[in-house]
Amino acid sequence: MSANPKATRRGYIRPLDLRNGKIEMSHGGGGRAMAQLIDELFQTAFENPWLRQANDQALLTRPEGRIVMATDSHVVSPLFFPGGDIGSLSVHGTINDVATSGARPLWLSAGFILEEGFPLADLKRIVDSMAAAAEKAGVPIVTGDTKVVERGKGDGVFINTTGVGVVPDGIEISGDRARPGDVILVSGYLGDHGVAIMSQRENLSFSTHIVSDSAALHELIAAMIDAAPNIHCLRDPTRGGLAATLNEIARQSDVGMAIREDDIPVREEVDAACELLGLDPLYVANEGKVVAICPPESAEALLAAMRAHPLGADAAIIGEVIEDSHGFVQMETSFGGRRNVDWISGEQLPRIC
Amino acid sequence: MKYVDEFRDGKVARNLAQTIAAEVRPERRYHLMEFCGGHTHAISRYGLRDLLPPEIRFIHGPGCPVCVLPIGRIDSAIALARDHGVILCSYGDTLRVPASERMSLLRAKAEGADIRMVYSSADALKIARDNPEREVVFFAIGFETTTPPTAVALRQARNEGLKNFSVFANHVLTPSAIQNILESPEVRELGTIPLDGFIGPSHVSTIIGSRPYEFFAEEFQKPVVIAGFEPLDVLQSVLMLVRQLNEGRAEVENQFSRAVTREGNLKAQALVAEVFELRDRFEWRGLGEVPYSALRIRDAYREFDAEVRFDLPYRSVPDHKACECGTILRGLKQPQDCKVFGTVCTPDNPLGSCMVSAEGACAAYYTYGQFKGASVVAEAS
Repeated sequence: MSANPKATRRGYIRPLDLRNGKIEMSHGGGGRAMAQLIDELFQTAFENPWLRQANDQALLTRPEGRIVMATDSHVVSPLFFPGGDIGSLSVHGTINDVATSGARPLWLSAGFILEEGFPLADLKRIVDSMAAAAEKAGVPIVTGDTKVVERGKGDGVFINTTGVGVVPDGIEISGDRARPGDVILVSGYLGDHGVAIMSQRENLSFSTHIVSDSAALHELIAAMIDAAPNIHCLRDPTRGGLAATLNEIARQSDVGMAIREDDIPVREEVDAACELLGLDPLYVANEGKVVAICPPESAEALLAAMRAHPLGADAAIIGEVIEDSHGFVQMETSFGGRRNVDWISGEQLPRIC
Repeated sequence: MKYVDEFRDGKVARNLAQTIAAEVRPERRYHLMEFCGGHTHAISRYGLRDLLPPEIRFIHGPGCPVCVLPIGRIDSAIALARDHGVILCSYGDTLRVPASERMSLLRAKAEGADIRMVYSSADALKIARDNPEREVVFFAIGFETTTPPTAVALRQARNEGLKNFSVFANHVLTPSAIQNILESPEVRELGTIPLDGFIGPSHVSTIIGSRPYEFFAEEFQKPVVIAGFEPLDVLQSVLMLVRQLNEGRAEVENQFSRAVTREGNLKAQALVAEVFELRDRFEWRGLGEVPYSALRIRDAYREFDAEVRFDLPYRSVPDHKACECGTILRGLKQPQDCKVFGTVCTPDNPLGSCMVSAEGACAAYYTYGQFKGASVVAEAS
């Protein structure tokens, strides 16, 4: 201690200004500023034994069973939206990618790319939301990384998460296992996430009460597997919506699909917003839904198990897998006609006349 | 969904379809051209062909704004963004239309040109206000429905004295295109395209009214029914056309009486007339040069005309040799008759403009009709 009472305490660092502070290049520079950001923000929020060790890696005990791993980068705009934010989304998205293999998710990693000038208050909000999502899901974030790019070279914050999980023995879930005669189910209303995001875009001002369905699905999926261990395929219909998911599985399994428009759950508000924007709800992204394909004898048990879980309360059987060497997904329209449900091409662009 | 589901009721549809099936005469065919891409889209999306008897044949017309935009016009828009350094504001679908040398606005954007997708002419005005140091050009396309908003933007720009805003006008006219089709040798003399009646676009008629069609009905003896875009609207208008043809009438009838009048929207017409005047000629993809078929900006608004401000020359560019968009737009061929349909030319990689917009006949067939394969080709006779 110095004799001068005005002198600062040795080793003292002014705490992060989480109210008005901004990300600076030094926060990614490897020096004290970076260490401080990690300590005061990330470590505090994600708090767990692996992070506490403060190593560059997490040392994990080998689990029993087959290991799955999935990664997902999140660049959503706006960062905050009704029903979630980029933080909770980055946890849910990767947990769901792991869980749709039938796995129990065990650990997550998180990589942040921050733009110089990004408000620390927003970052704290995002990190707290990630921590809450991970805590609620029971899947810890065990290792991470932070990089800072110059102003104008990023869009606030990008987050990559990677997840590791373990698949119980006897579970064989894969996109190439759909067979003619199998039944197609979805876990609830489609298109909520995409419409919630679009309602927040600055040049598309329309008001809606729709909130994103962003949620971690591993517990629902575990209940589904308990009820129907012979599920053939599971996939979360994110970008490209239900249409993309069914087309992917049809191609992987070399089968066709026949679905019924009347049986597909879509909220009236989502339907109305899509009508206004010239979009098709079948192509709009979801972040808390799962598509399941199972043998016909298990369909009713699976549907009942889905409906018994809060995240699957509005589950429905929407169609069947059929034989078709072209791998087409076709739909019986509410109108009584039939049409193809093709892959999305490009991005969904609103109509012009 | 209120005010929408009523027009998509499957039960009503089946009743209508049964009435149509009962009234068509088995000894004849009914070749109906739905002029507008919006109708083509509705027919495909709701699978209307499955509901109708084989005597009814749809011929897909050229009423899709991005489909009829010739390559030369897209080239000019790219030149504006690339060579003149403007912020080019465009509707979404236009971005993907193929231009010369494998370019498109989307590719030009990826290479660094400042091209922005907007949802309305008002968005383009806002961009001009927010960027006073940059030239901002609105790439205006479309039929009579998108013309009044462009006119509003021009008038607003003049009132505000916005010096950095201009419009590259490519607005085209529905009646001139229909007349051009009816006067083409294929229809008039050769009879290569049998054409018995027209389904007219209701949104266009909310602006121009139903009156401009009276001339065709009388001069060419072809019935016209102005129809809404919901699937039930389309079915009802098919029934109205079948009845006219059975009774030997050729009149203009209005199925969309919930919004269309004979005179149309006089205020919008006056606004358009204040800002725009007829061009002597305009090149359409598929139809070639069509006299008095498009609008240009009047001298009073000359300073906001991008073609004047940037001294844009027009160079006509022929379509890709293998592309049949021209013949498809004139109803001479169906999408599957094109050698590159679904192979080299797909919605992800369009060679021709009909594959770009959801309203293009090729895109509608590709997206909604693939599983039918051969049966659709057979229907094309």
